[in-house]
Amino acid sequence: MAPRIASSAADAVAEIKDGSTVLIGGFGNAGQPMELIDALMECGATDLTVVNNNAGQADAGLALLIKERRVKKIICSFPRQSDSWHFDEAYRAGDIELELVPQGNLAERIRAAGAGIGGFFTPTGYGTLLAEGKETRVIDGKGYVLETPINADFALIKALKADTMGNLVYRKTARNFGPIMATAAKQAIVQVDEVVEAGNLDPENVITPGIYVDTVVALGGNK
Amino acid sequence: MSNYSSTQEKLSRDEMAQKVAADIPSGAFVNLGIGQPTNVSNFLTSEQGVTLHTENGMLGMGPVATGEDIDEDLINAGKIPVTELPGASFFHHADSFAMMRGGHLDVCVLGAFQVSEAGDLANWHTGAEGAIPAVGGAMDLAIGAKQTWVMMSLFTKSGESKLVEALSYPVTGLGCVSRIYTEVAIFELRDSKVFVRSAHGISFEELQSKVPVELTKA
Repeated sequence: MAPRIASSAADAVAEIKDGSTVLIGGFGNAGQPMELIDALMECGATDLTVVNNNAGQADAGLALLIKERRVKKIICSFPRQSDSWHFDEAYRAGDIELELVPQGNLAERIRAAGAGIGGFFTPTGYGTLLAEGKETRVIDGKGYVLETPINADFALIKALKADTMGNLVYRKTARNFGPIMATAAKQAIVQVDEVVEAGNLDPENVITPGIYVDTVVALGGNK
Repeated sequence: MSNYSSTQEKLSRDEMAQKVAADIPSGAFVNLGIGQPTNVSNFLTSEQGVTLHTENGMLGMGPVATGEDIDEDLINAGKIPVTELPGASFFHHADSFAMMRGGHLDVCVLGAFQVSEAGDLANWHTGAEGAIPAVGGAMDLAIGAKQTWVMMSLFTKSGESKLVEALSYPVTGLGCVSRIYTEVAIFELRDSKVFVRSAHGISFEELQSKVPVELTKA
């Protein structure tokens, strides 16, 4: 089924309810779906579990969701940054739960969810604090840790363009978590600069096939 | 035959980076960690034909972008705007770390708090009470590449060796480090021994007296 073309960022996120698990794309500002995050802020959903590489920066986007105590748990690899003061404060106050995951394991857990994999043994983290309490196995003399998929209710993603079938193309390193997050959520909500008619994206260049995409909103480019 | 060499002066940070760059095999795929390792790229020659990987999703990373070349969609793992070289490619995060974990990168160069004689690496967390932990790609990088090299100062501010018998800081990866570049010596970890390839501004005997693991001249 072709995706719903939403009329605005607010319309795109309207179905996100309290208690949802939300994957949010982006690495730094590259690929961060800022308008969708702002719309999530406006829509009032709370008790969220958020999955992102970081835990918000400065006074924008995810950082504001955390400041307003709308995020009960964050699953990320790198929460501590020079400008992550809202997370730092919420964490020290005991108002947010942190699940710290090595970056490659975070990506693979998201990929596994989208690919229907029930878990995988990875060497990353073996013998470290982040493997404590997890099942381990030695395979051919090398140690591995069992990691499980991260399934989500929603994914908020930024891509460059979509066609009316939901096929997506990205731009440079802004691709980062987008393609895997689109596969791992029950509903993938994508903001793009532009939606084009089906047939106007070269199928050889499509990075995320439309089957993974549920809602698209065109917000125009910044460039 | 001994390969051991020594110089009168300590290595500067640039000289350390120069030594690392000179040791990178031509044609290698390399990931340079954030901090001191990033400086290595300034000393790679075009004849070496080294391809740089950045774990946020790119091979063929070029120098830091300036002026009109700055593009917020084109950044490195330190979130600094960079450029792309001819032959560059982009990929998503799971592919990027699969490439690393799968042993496709030849060399990864990282900073460290401590390295043990067995090649265990500590570089992600001091374990200090109240510190907010953050790991990023450190654990993936440590164990992913065919070779993991460390650049660090050999001594802490209070003069303790960061090359240790056993880590006191939390582990990043076990048995992963094969080479350590410091301002006073370059070490090679192999065959369950710690070899000193070169000493700089320090005699082998003095170095041995300050480092709590048994050293062997390379």
